[in-house]
Amino acid sequence: MSATQIDGATQIDSAGQIDGAGINGAGIEGAVVVAARQRRRGMPVAVICALVWLAAMLAVALAADSLRPYSITAIDLRARLQPPVGFGGSLRHLLGTDELGRDVLSRLIESVRVSVLIAFGATAIAATFGTTMGFIAAHFRGLVEQAVLVLIDFQASMPFLIVALAVLAFFGNSLPLLVALMGLYGWERYARIARGLAIAANAQGYAAAVRQIGARPLRIYLGHVLPNIASTLIVSATLSFPEIVLLESGLSFLGLGVQPPMTSLGNMVGFGREYITRAPWILLAPSVTIVLTTLCVSLLGDWLRDRLDPTLS
Amino acid sequence: MTKLLELDGVSRTYSSRSGLFGAPIPVRAVDGVSLSVAPGRTLGIVGESGCGKSTTGRLALGLERPDAGSVRFAGAPMPAPGTAAWRRQRARMQLVFQDPLGALDRRLPIARQIAEPLVVHGIGNRAEREARVAALLADVGLPAELGRRHPHELSGGQRQRAVLARALATNPSLLVCDEPISALDVSIQAQVVNMLADLQAERGIALIFISHDLKVVRQVSHEVAVMYLGRVVEQGDPDEIFAEPAHPYSRALVSAVPSVGPRRIERIVLKGDPPNPADRPSGCAFHPRCPLATAQCRAESPALRPLVDGRLVACHLAATRRLVA
Repeated sequence: MSATQIDGATQIDSAGQIDGAGINGAGIEGAVVVAARQRRRGMPVAVICALVWLAAMLAVALAADSLRPYSITAIDLRARLQPPVGFGGSLRHLLGTDELGRDVLSRLIESVRVSVLIAFGATAIAATFGTTMGFIAAHFRGLVEQAVLVLIDFQASMPFLIVALAVLAFFGNSLPLLVALMGLYGWERYARIARGLAIAANAQGYAAAVRQIGARPLRIYLGHVLPNIASTLIVSATLSFPEIVLLESGLSFLGLGVQPPMTSLGNMVGFGREYITRAPWILLAPSVTIVLTTLCVSLLGDWLRDRLDPTLS
Repeated sequence: MTKLLELDGVSRTYSSRSGLFGAPIPVRAVDGVSLSVAPGRTLGIVGESGCGKSTTGRLALGLERPDAGSVRFAGAPMPAPGTAAWRRQRARMQLVFQDPLGALDRRLPIARQIAEPLVVHGIGNRAEREARVAALLADVGLPAELGRRHPHELSGGQRQRAVLARALATNPSLLVCDEPISALDVSIQAQVVNMLADLQAERGIALIFISHDLKVVRQVSHEVAVMYLGRVVEQGDPDEIFAEPAHPYSRALVSAVPSVGPRRIERIVLKGDPPNPADRPSGCAFHPRCPLATAQCRAESPALRPLVDGRLVACHLAATRRLVA
């Protein structure tokens, strides 16, 4: 009853505002109304752009083999360091070529595939592992919780780059290992969030209520606690996704990440550094891709957080 | 009459720490409480905050295990929390919370949440559950279309009705209501209390009604236990206790109830600090605030003894005074 009344009231309210804007013809009021309507109806323009960009990235990652104009190892020494189209380059190499005459666009496409795989894979691993550990700590308390907390503190106190260097130095380098290693990055944040919120929910509130109905722990945690804290976890994931992309870039830049002849965005930036004054496009193309992708993930996460909360409408 | 739930001398001690390196101090939240409820009857538990009312309720439901004493439900001892037997037993006993918004999952529509106990205990198929939810919504006086709403779209009274509907879903024989109406405003309080009484009359549910609102407790209860610092200080028929409280603490509580017209009992304002369960006074726990305290009260803890009219009082003076009078 009350909710329909409130709905009716807001409709009347917004209609009134639109009327007012029409009479005044004032741009500001009109803009406020439009913005309010957008918030209600659906996605802001920035989020649509972000979605389009991320979808394009995914499509590129999936269809890299057929999209690439050249092989990433195809060397053309006569066409070394060619600038992109519009900067004096030819249509044969849209984004120019690098110091060995390899096509930058082809390498960028392959890099997107590798980096997206690492970033998504690692974020998924970290979120799953961290949330599970958090729930285990919250459920068992006592010694189990202490052990998980010690692990969390250990993870948080070690500079991750050093851990990564040590692991890669000892175990060599392969793509699965790199993904798994990146998956360790940031799990302690998910674990802390999940543990704290699950304890709060268990102490008083919906989780305690479901528990005393007689539900099994799996039902409580997966059916009730997880959906309720998902928005917080998603925001955390969108914060750590860019960090993982940058971490992978950093490791590749140091020569410890993705190894040639394979290529990744960070790897391209690292090798392009030497030609930054003579051929900046080698480094700029992957850099711009990194910046845009991380920005889009952040924008999307922020919007998702609001949308996933039924109390914000 | 056979008892549905029996608490026999149950105690629950928590440990709290004072300061960063302080030694843990045991806090006796509940101390040797014996209570029982029969099917279809209501036991009211009253007392100020921190007196152990809610802990008693949680012990009665088996949500916590007592450190001493035993809890028996339908003649059998309570299984340990978290075990399969304990989970199965939840279908027969339910808790109604003080804060209905906190007790509901804000992401799920009301009908899904009311159906949850049925799903958990594997009762009925999909269609039967839907029919049962519709019947439950009608029982608690909620229109059927509210089932599709989310908790934040409901008013406080509607939420408490929804929580009650969920608690009733498995047809429990015991309902523990922990301050079920203190978060509601007065007009809705009356509706919820009347609804509880009607449901009890219909289904023969045993109720434990925990509240600090003496008027409501008097209205709904068949028996009342007054608690002070984890112990029952007076127990018996509500009308007798409220008409002529025997324990000085009950007398102070009853005198604090606002009433229209001339007072029957002079208002007693308690002096001294509110009770601290971590620092229990010697002898009778109430003696520092008691206007009648004697040397015996300071030294000796009174036991719960029956008076001539059958109610139980834990006071050295009440017994003698009553017997003399």
